[in-house]
Amino acid sequence: MIRHLLSGADLDAATATRILDTAAEMATVAGREVKKLPALRGRTVVNLFYEDSTRTRISFEAAAKRLSADVINFSAKGSSVAKGESLKDTALTLQAMGADAVVVRHPASGAAHRLAEWVDGSVVNAGDGTHEHPTQALLDAYTMRSRLGRLAGLSVAVVGDVLHSRVARSNVLLLSTLGAKVTLVGPPTLIPVDIAAALAPDTTVCYDLDAVLPTSDVVMMLRVQRERMTDSYFPSAREYARRYGLDGPRMRRLPEHAIVMHPGPMNRGMEITPEVADSPRSTIVEQVANGVSVRMAVLYLLLGGNNA
Amino acid sequence: MSAYLIKGVSPLGAAPTDLLIRDGVVAEAGSGLSAAGATVVDADGLVALPGLVDLHTHLREPGREDAETVESGSRAAALGGYTAVCAMANTSPVADTAGVVEQVWRLGREAGLVDVQPVGAVTVGLAGERLAELGAMADSAARVRIFSDDGHCVADPRLMRRALEYVKAFDGIIAQHAEEPRLTEGAQMHEGEVSTRLGLTGWPAVAEEAIIARDVLLAEHVGSRLHVCHVSTAGSVEVLRHAKARGVRVTAEVTPHHLLLTDVRAETYDPVYKVNPPLRTDGDVAALRAALADGVIDVIATDHAPHAVEDKECEWAYARPGMLGLETALSIALEVLGPRWDLIAERMSRTPARIAGLESHGVDPAPGAPANLTLVDPAARRVVEPGELASLSRNTPYAGMTLPGRVVATFLRGEATVLDGKAVR
Repeated sequence: MIRHLLSGADLDAATATRILDTAAEMATVAGREVKKLPALRGRTVVNLFYEDSTRTRISFEAAAKRLSADVINFSAKGSSVAKGESLKDTALTLQAMGADAVVVRHPASGAAHRLAEWVDGSVVNAGDGTHEHPTQALLDAYTMRSRLGRLAGLSVAVVGDVLHSRVARSNVLLLSTLGAKVTLVGPPTLIPVDIAAALAPDTTVCYDLDAVLPTSDVVMMLRVQRERMTDSYFPSAREYARRYGLDGPRMRRLPEHAIVMHPGPMNRGMEITPEVADSPRSTIVEQVANGVSVRMAVLYLLLGGNNA
Repeated sequence: MSAYLIKGVSPLGAAPTDLLIRDGVVAEAGSGLSAAGATVVDADGLVALPGLVDLHTHLREPGREDAETVESGSRAAALGGYTAVCAMANTSPVADTAGVVEQVWRLGREAGLVDVQPVGAVTVGLAGERLAELGAMADSAARVRIFSDDGHCVADPRLMRRALEYVKAFDGIIAQHAEEPRLTEGAQMHEGEVSTRLGLTGWPAVAEEAIIARDVLLAEHVGSRLHVCHVSTAGSVEVLRHAKARGVRVTAEVTPHHLLLTDVRAETYDPVYKVNPPLRTDGDVAALRAALADGVIDVIATDHAPHAVEDKECEWAYARPGMLGLETALSIALEVLGPRWDLIAERMSRTPARIAGLESHGVDPAPGAPANLTLVDPAARRVVEPGELASLSRNTPYAGMTLPGRVVATFLRGEATVLDGKAVR
């Protein structure tokens, strides 16, 4: 098993599949009256969050607690970080406290990589800048596999602000490893240069959402921040929604079995309409539940599930 | 004044000879020289070069004496074979007045290890809004001739035009940091495949090329001299080639790191590889090397940029850009160009001395020449060890790399600043 989970590229197909299979076992715990396993008793998991992200932090916290780990939440607000402590000094402090795993969310790309150089324990990247968010990709893959029964051969359209999306990068890497075919869709201003060469050679780019819908098994809508239009990535929220938003008529162009995903939080009316978000095709709430199972599997395997 | 008898040295790779240095000049050259009282330097196997001249050095004093001082940077320069360095203006306070450039100049004289030639800021506070007192700096004891807002681009085209015109009165030159600011907002590394993979905001090549294209046209229009700092892209080379063919009075420099390293170094997220302009691609490196050989690029300049540990031991986006260069530049030139001594002398000494107006530098070691020279052991190979560098900072991107060549001795106006590979003080 790998020591850190920093990138979707850290996972080969066998390791990724093992995490997904383990997550499926973990999911059965959620159905029990006592939602707890003793697997990580006596181990310490630190949630080191430099960005507000209530849903991701709570998901990791729930995952660690269901495995009986001791959880320390260390948020940038009200901590020594606000006093200007460097990431390295914080890392050494956590190290001294005996953190077995550090789950880190940080606004700077690469922060998790830097942290991994400075601590002995495992580092889990819970989102670094505009780089990656590998556990999101794992829970997305888990959700697709649960709904559609497989990953190999699936056509997945990832739609929206790919340029600034850590979710998109991790998904492209992981889905490609697992045999799905990813098409990135968005205005050209929001598709990063050389994306296929950078991440996965079989990735394609399309600027026309309507063209990809009829052949997509999965449509993953990315959050698009309204501020992007002030930077001229697109002219207006209205035009964005018209060209790249998923509404009812567009949803009906999808194949019968296709699902609609969103990593949250959603901008209803921007990239997705309420009709779509609340439809039976939508997996958005399932994704949240699956997030806990997948993060349990990741923590379990990183922290000594080798022997399991 | 001391006298030195350098025995068996090969001037720019030519047949071995002896050089007698006395009274600040090369007094005699020939075989079997002797001189009573002269210190004998056994230079068997060594190559003599005119002392190197760096057009682009950050000495950090005043303001960041924890990262470098004029003295420590001068020592690093001497150890790198330099006899003159041009100290960039982005200090704190900015070198935008006669007072600050004279302070830097005086500190250089006191250190006495290289000639420190201050560069003056083009605009007040490097803010890009109004001209600094360029004439006062030119008339000061520091005799400033190169003006640069390096670290910042003189982006306003009208201000750039005026600066280019204004310095004609005292044969000044504007050294431009070519970076279109709107195209590089938040930029962290070269825009390309690697920046996409790493999720770091891209610094597109066109942001450099567009400014160079504009500036060569402006320089042509007003008939002024333009120098382009740290050219980093293949496209910039083509713009410069075109401008030179038209007769524009433009010169350009390239840094050692842009000749050797590429953007894949960023994959470690170690900010020791963060620099502005950023490391580019293999194709850019090849174009820069070719342009250096054929003369489209005139000069190797270090852009020596010391930074304190805390400014590099952090997240990539929060780190300051820049790398050490003075103590490794000659080795990298050897690595890139091979032992083409005349070309190395041209790119690292004669041409930069001419651009900077430093008449006593950049003169080949021959009788009558000012005794500003350096002796290099071309056969030596050394492993770069950051802790052994004379710079106060440690941000070398070459740590652990084995590089060819070693500076054995450096002489400034006839006095040794480096002997046996060690600074004399």
